[in-house]
This record gives sequence, structure tokens and C-alpha cells, in this order.
Amino acid sequence: MYCGQVQPIQFRKCLKAWHWREYEQVKYQVRAAVDGDNSRNCSSPRIDSSPLCSGRKEDAEMSQQHAVNGVLPKGKVLTLETMNPHVKKVEYAVRGPIVQRAVQLEKELREGVKKPFTEVIRANIGDAHAMGQKPITFLRQVLALCAYPPLLEDNKFPEDAKERARRILGACGGQSLGAYSASPGIECIRQDVSRYIEKRDGGIPSNPDNIYLSTGASDAIVTILKLLICGEGHSRTGVMISIPQYPLYSAALAELGAVQINYYLDEDKCWSLDLKELKRAVTEAREHCHPRVLCIINPGNPTGQVQSRECIEEVIRFAKEEKLFLMADEVYQDNVYAEGCKFHSFKKVLFEMGPEYSSTVEMASFHSTSKCYMGECGFRGGYMEVLNMDPDVKTQLTKLVSVRLCPPVPGQALLDMVVNPPRPEEPSYNTFIKERTAVLAALAEKARMTEDMFNTIPGITCNPVQGAMYTFPRVSLPQKAIDKAKEEGCVPDMYYCMRLLEEEGICLVPGSGFGQRDGTYHFRMTILPPAEKLKIVLQKIKDYHLRFTKEFS
Amino acid sequence: MAKEISPSVRCIKPLQYTALAVRAKQITQELAQGVQKPYSELIQLIWGDPQNAGIQPLTFVRQVLAACLYPQLLNNDGLPADVRQRAQGLLEECKGGSLGSYTDLPGIPQVARQISEFITRRDEGVPSDPRNILISPGSQWALQNILSLLVHGGERAGRSGVLTPVPGHCTSIMSLVSVGGVSVPYQLSEEQGWQLRLEELNRALDAAKQVCRPVALYIINPGNPSGHVQSRESIQDVIRFASENRLFLLADEVYQDTIYTESKRFLSYKRVLAEMGPPFSDTVELASFHSASKGLLGECGFRAGYVELVNIDPAVKKHIYTIFSKDNAPTPGQIALSVMASPPVTGEASYDFYREETQQLHSLIKENVRRVHEVLNSLPGVCSQPVEGGAFAFPRLYLPPKAIDKAKELGLEPDTFYCLRLLETAGVFVSPGCEYEQKDGTYHIRFCIMAKRDTVEDLLTRLATFQTQFMNKFS
Repeated sequence: MYCGQVQPIQFRKCLKAWHWREYEQVKYQVRAAVDGDNSRNCSSPRIDSSPLCSGRKEDAEMSQQHAVNGVLPKGKVLTLETMNPHVKKVEYAVRGPIVQRAVQLEKELREGVKKPFTEVIRANIGDAHAMGQKPITFLRQVLALCAYPPLLEDNKFPEDAKERARRILGACGGQSLGAYSASPGIECIRQDVSRYIEKRDGGIPSNPDNIYLSTGASDAIVTILKLLICGEGHSRTGVMISIPQYPLYSAALAELGAVQINYYLDEDKCWSLDLKELKRAVTEAREHCHPRVLCIINPGNPTGQVQSRECIEEVIRFAKEEKLFLMADEVYQDNVYAEGCKFHSFKKVLFEMGPEYSSTVEMASFHSTSKCYMGECGFRGGYMEVLNMDPDVKTQLTKLVSVRLCPPVPGQALLDMVVNPPRPEEPSYNTFIKERTAVLAALAEKARMTEDMFNTIPGITCNPVQGAMYTFPRVSLPQKAIDKAKEEGCVPDMYYCMRLLEEEGICLVPGSGFGQRDGTYHFRMTILPPAEKLKIVLQKIKDYHLRFTKEFS
Repeated sequence: MAKEISPSVRCIKPLQYTALAVRAKQITQELAQGVQKPYSELIQLIWGDPQNAGIQPLTFVRQVLAACLYPQLLNNDGLPADVRQRAQGLLEECKGGSLGSYTDLPGIPQVARQISEFITRRDEGVPSDPRNILISPGSQWALQNILSLLVHGGERAGRSGVLTPVPGHCTSIMSLVSVGGVSVPYQLSEEQGWQLRLEELNRALDAAKQVCRPVALYIINPGNPSGHVQSRESIQDVIRFASENRLFLLADEVYQDTIYTESKRFLSYKRVLAEMGPPFSDTVELASFHSASKGLLGECGFRAGYVELVNIDPAVKKHIYTIFSKDNAPTPGQIALSVMASPPVTGEASYDFYREETQQLHSLIKENVRRVHEVLNSLPGVCSQPVEGGAFAFPRLYLPPKAIDKAKELGLEPDTFYCLRLLETAGVFVSPGCEYEQKDGTYHIRFCIMAKRDTVEDLLTRLATFQTQFMNKFS
């Protein structure tokens, strides 16, 4: 029933839910290489129709109509049968059915429909400003000046903001944010990024030619995957991703038809990465694909785990031994809260391991303007640094990024300020530091609050939120609830989250969207709502959980 | 180091631009260092990028954007009241009242509504539903997303093909190849002002069937680089052709606001399709693309565009949504789209100035077009078809055989050789026709006509001198 209300991708959700046991297995084990026909069967509307899934039936009817109605083959050109089968497999849980239901509920609330809550709280996506975080003044001043240069005459803007805006405009074609930039980004911003990386990594050199600015980090991640995925059958590229993972990876791999190789993070050890598990995953995968890429998210999303230096060294050694291209998703590098935890960049560790590693291990590291203290998701700013890439491959990468023309220039400008913030002697410095510190301190406080609260709830266990912006607590669901979910045609944690949304107006993402060990259930919640609101949210989740457990016990 | 990469990426044709740009950059540096050249600065009109060519952005767009970026400006009397009001309204529809938040599909709700109203107005009443609009980080991004659904694997003849115009927009071809599609060229008829001929579409389709499985027809109207604007009859022919041959229509209409010929007007594929009535209007699948980068707005750097979907299978639409939901369109670009779709109206404080700016810009470009046509056609060995719309001139060069031989000797395409010489000796950076595909044995150059008056005049003067010298040297 809940699935039936969910609009766009309910069909596949439901189908998968119907085969939920199978689904969990298929999804979280290594998928057979380019499972062409097999997978097509999986999502074809012809196979057994479930009476519970109205959406699915509808699709099946629609497709049949084409066959029947078409006097000649006059049906649609683009149908479920003819469309790219890889695209059919793409799911994007953080914007999936539960979010679409949230949008619908918001609409109903606006239209005056009575609900047990007055607003929908979207704790599903790392969208700081949507949750009320205020933009950093300096960043917005410079952007406004760049957007409308006559403001440079306005004495209400501080001099350093004006100077920064002039410098950025000077580097833009026609001195305007509205001109295309070079495809890898504005040159002087690439230089600023490389200086920033050098400083972050204690002087390890960074070459601006290795910096590619991007449309948010996700664009850069997809670009590298697009570049590297090749081969057919047993030589199809396999890409190792953590479980739980950020769904961008599984979505991109599905779309590109790559083989997803899962390695499980160790929930009992704070979601840390275990070398033995990496080895297990790659060894098994070698049976049916060609593992070429290892993706790491540090600090972790959704886990909130921050990797130790030793762990990073192990991963690098592993990548070298197994000849894997390392993709280091480090977009939460400034979001580290826990005592004793520190962000170590893969690049820094790589270089400190000596030339044997630093001159051989191929790597791309990603960063973004959407997270950290800025939280400026809407601007789509980001960059990647590539290391040890074969020169020919790099030429191909440069060609590939030119297809997108260029990353959004306002996002590039924003990135420039992030890597080149106000200096102590400048007028904006104090305010900037104050604002930045306040954001990060509040996040640290909320990380603690969340962990503490969840661990008081019987049936919920929560690892420390060491970094990033999420918590990924484990929920034990009563067997009756699991049965009920199956009956409703939902995976159990989707059922749990959908009920929570319907009853309390809180939007979370079920753990199944990120991947989890069979038989375990989780959800991801952001720690972004303002502290006061977060407290209420946590309390509501507690009440709901107790109610839910009671109902099914 | 691993050398193995995606064959689709490897298949993307490298741009001639890349090589030319390396030299252009060196020349700029040499000029900065005081190296003596017959010119003191480079003229770059290689892309359809008016602001790079010195055209000022529209004030209203930038004022609204500035106020959205830095909401303290909402209380600044220095900005017109309607600017502040507009910004306020847009911010109210952004989550948390900030451009820094993600937007749900199709984009900022108000912007999607404005776009659909704009389309309805443009198409004189043909209805448009915001739910069929998807805002993306540029129209090219949207095109690539749609292509990624249409195109899929198989070997050789099983691969999906898309009919593409020759000459055509090179980035679109790159997008197509990058998702594994086959580009099936159809020639536009230069002698008839780059018209699209039905016989040629038929020929191309028949030829294609040997090598791939054609699934879509890509049209650029107004043409890039051709500058041709299609008539209603021509559009009807294309629609019938698509219907008969079961092709999905991809209509790249990003130059819809820039038409320079009195006798022509822009007609959207969607409108013509609707006005043809059934069985066409309710069956032919169409994706129409538009952008904030083109037209009088020219905000290329913002990366915002949209696609409107017509007659799409609802079951497929769900997947299209999923694909688009991964890529949030940058919010500053969405603000630009908002103004494009809903400019100031009579009675609003900014109306007069906005009108003045757009009219001036339009007359400037019109005058550029006239001058370009006049000068190009006066040059020996150059012939330019009328530029009816779009952003480019695409004159044909009749290169002397000796020049062609010389180019071959150097391993260059003849018109790339020409562009390189033009860059070297005259400091003019334009792109060669081979970048856009062209009929065998013909040569062209492309340059943007949306530039300041004196830039265009300077370019024409330099080009005229160069062309005469070039023809003398190689005759």
C-alpha cells in the first residue's frame, strides 16, 4: 500500500520488493558481468505480476497496449522494452520514492489536508541550507559582486570581497561569469586549488594541470567512471564500492553497465574498513570480471566513519598490489568531529609512503563546495585531482570533460573562495572565522546529540558520528513487521521509513538504498536540522520506534 | 599505468580546437611579453559566447541574481523594486530560502512554471505542462541524458543510431558518441541556404540501416553552424518523416530567440506538431531543448537549460526522472532561466531599460549579420549563405589546390590549416568547418556573430587582408 502511493520508480521498487529476498542477494552480492539478458528479465514487466503493486501492473498494461494497439508497429519509439536496459536499473535512493512521497505530503499540507504533523522534515539529504544553515557572508558577497559588478562601487561591501571579485572576474572570459570557461575550469582557480591542496597536505606538491573543476563532485566521479569502464563479459570492468555506499556510485555503475563489487564495512568496529574484506571481495570478483577501480568515501557517507592513517596505508598498498585505480571521495574532509579523529588525505598518505607508491598508484580525489561549512549544494562547484594517470588517458579525460563544455562558472568562483578564504589581515577574516566555526561546532554538537539519543532507544544502535553529516543507525525490526512489509510489497526498512514519514512527517532514507548486510536494517538521517529541531526529530523517532516495535511485538 | 579505457570515450573525435587553442594561448602569452606581431591582440570568436566577445549581460538578470545571492540586497534601494520583488519570490521557492540548497525536479518550482508559461505564449496557446519540463545543467547535459536512454549497445548493426545534420553542433555529436551511439549524417543543402531536404533524410536513413539501428533524428533549428531557419513546411516534412520511420525527435532549439531575417520566424517543433493534429500530434515523441546560454541572455557560464518532453511513454518518463534527479541544475542558472522565460513586463520598473537593452542588442547583432554577409561575399574565394538566425557565420572557402596540398603535407585538414594561418598571421581565432562535419571537398570556417560592433569590424578587416594574401600565396 505504501509502495502503491509512491510515484515514479515504484515499479522497480515493488518488483524488487516482491522478490525481496532475491533482491537483497542480487543487489549485495557481486553482480555477474554485464548481466545483459538476465537483468533484462529481472526488470521486464512480463514476469509475474504482483497484485500488490499497482504501479507495476499499470506499466505492464501500458507496454502491452503498444503491442496490441499498434496496427503496424506504430507504438512509441522509446518504451520500457526499447530503452537502454542499463538505465532501467538506475536507482537513486536519496531522491527515491520516499522523497517523492515527502514532496507529495508537503503539497497536501499546503493544500490544507490534515496530517498528524504540520511540516515535513527532510533529513534525507545532505542539504544544509534547506535545513536552515545560513550562507557564509563573505562567499555570498563576492558572488553577488561577480554577478553584478556595478556593486563594486557600493561602499557597503568590504574591500577584500571586492578585491576577490575583481580577481575572479579578471580571470573570466570577457570579465564575466556568463562566459564559458575552459573545460577543466578557469586556470587561475585551478592554480588556487593546487596551492590549497599543497597547504592541506603539508607541502606535498600539486600540479594545476592535474586539477579538473567539475559540476559538483558527483560529475567528476561519474566522469572518471565513464572513462575507465570498458571490456565485455569476463573482462568487464569491476568497481569496488563500500557497503553501505552512497547511491551515486551504484546508480552510475548501473547506468554504465559496470560490475559492482561490494566490500562490507565493519559495523561492529565503527564501520571501519577491513583489509581482509577487501581481499575477499576482489578475489571473488576476479572470477567473473576485471576489477580495476576501488572507491573509498572518507569521511564516510552514510557511515560517518573517519579512516585512520594506518587504514589508508593498507588501502593504498592493496590498490597497488591489485592494480586498482583509487577513487577517493573526500568531500567531507572538513567535517570531522570526534576526539582523536583526523582527516588524512589519500594523497598525503600516498606521498608519505614513498616514491614506490607515490609515483605508481593511480588516483583521483574529489572535493566539493556542497559540504563542509559552506553547504552550498545549489552552485554545483567541485574539483578532482588526478595522480599518476597515463598521459594518453589524461588526454582522453580532457576530451571527455569538454563534452560538458565547462563547469558552472558561479560554482567555480565559489570554489575559489573556499580554497582561498579571507586571510587574517583582511577585513572579512573575523566574521568569516566566526561563521565557519559556528557551523562546524554546531555540527559537532549535533553529531554527539544524535549518537547519544539513538543509543538510548531500545532496538536502535548507533555508531559514533565521527565525521560527515549523517548517522546510519541500525534498527532491529520485529519479525512481524518484516512479514508485514513483505505483505505490503516493501523491503522492511522502506516500510519502516515510509510509516515514519506518514506518521511523523520525518523523511529518512532506508538502509536498503545504501546497501547493508542481509538481515540487518538501517536508515540514514542527516544531522543537519537546527539543534532545537533535531532534538524534536530525535524524540519523535524514538516515540515512533517504540510504538512501531510494540505494534509488531 | 592502465591504458585501457572506455571505447566510447576513445571514439569521441578530438576537437580541432584543442590544437588551435594551444597555439592561441602561446600567442596571447607572446603578445603579453611584448613579442612583435602584426596585431596587438587576439580576436577570439570561436564559440557562441557573446559575453566572452564583450557583450554585456542583461542588467535585470544580474540584478535579480545578485539579490538572490546576497539577500541583504533585498533592502537595498539601489536596486529597482521589481528586481527585489522578483528575487524575493524566487528565494521563497528555494528550500531554506537559499540558492545554496538543492532543488527537486523539475527545478525551482516557480522557474518550471515560468518556463511552461513561456512555451505556451511562444506557441500561441499550445499547452505546456511544467511536469514535462526538466531543468538541467545546460541543454547539452539534458540532451546527453535523453540520448543515454535512447541509445544502447549491441554490436555493429545492433547499435543505436541518431540522424545528425551536416554541418552540425560538434558537442552534440560528442555526446552521442560518448554514450555509445552512432552518428548518421544527413547533409544540409548549402546551395539552398542550408535547407533540410527530405530526399536527403531518406537517403541517410537507408544508408544507416546497413550499419546501425536508427532510433532518433536530431535537428538544430535555427541551425548551428548553418544559420538556417526552418519553414513550417520543412518542419512538417520532418515530423512526417519521423512518424513514418518511427524516429524519436530531438529538437535543439537553443537559438530560438535570435532570428535576423524579416521574412522568417521561429516555429517550435512542438507547436507545428500540435497544429498538425492527430495522428501526429499524439504520437510523435519529441524532446525540445532550450538554454540560458543562447539568445539575448547569453549566460553560457551559468550552465542551465531545459528539455520539454512531448508524447513520452509515462513508464519511460519515470526513468527519465531518475536520470535527471542525479544532476541538480545550478541555481544561479535557474535564476537566469527564470528571467529568460519571464522578462519584465509593462508597468514594472525595469521594463523600459530591459527593452532598451534587448532591442539594442538585437539591432547590434542584426547589423553584424548584415556586415558579415556583405564583406564575406565580397572576398575572393569566399561564399556565405544568408545568416537567418543563430549565433554563427559559416562561410564556405574555395581553397586553392596548392593550399590543400600544403595542408595535407602538414597532416592537417585544409580548413584547419587555414585557421592556423589566420590565427598566426592575423590574430583571428575561429574554427574550421571540419569540426562540424561538412560535405567532402568543401571547406568552411565558423565564427560567432554575437560580438561588439568593433570586434566584428576588426575581424572582417583582418580576415579580408588575410584572405587576399592567402589566395595570392597559394594560387
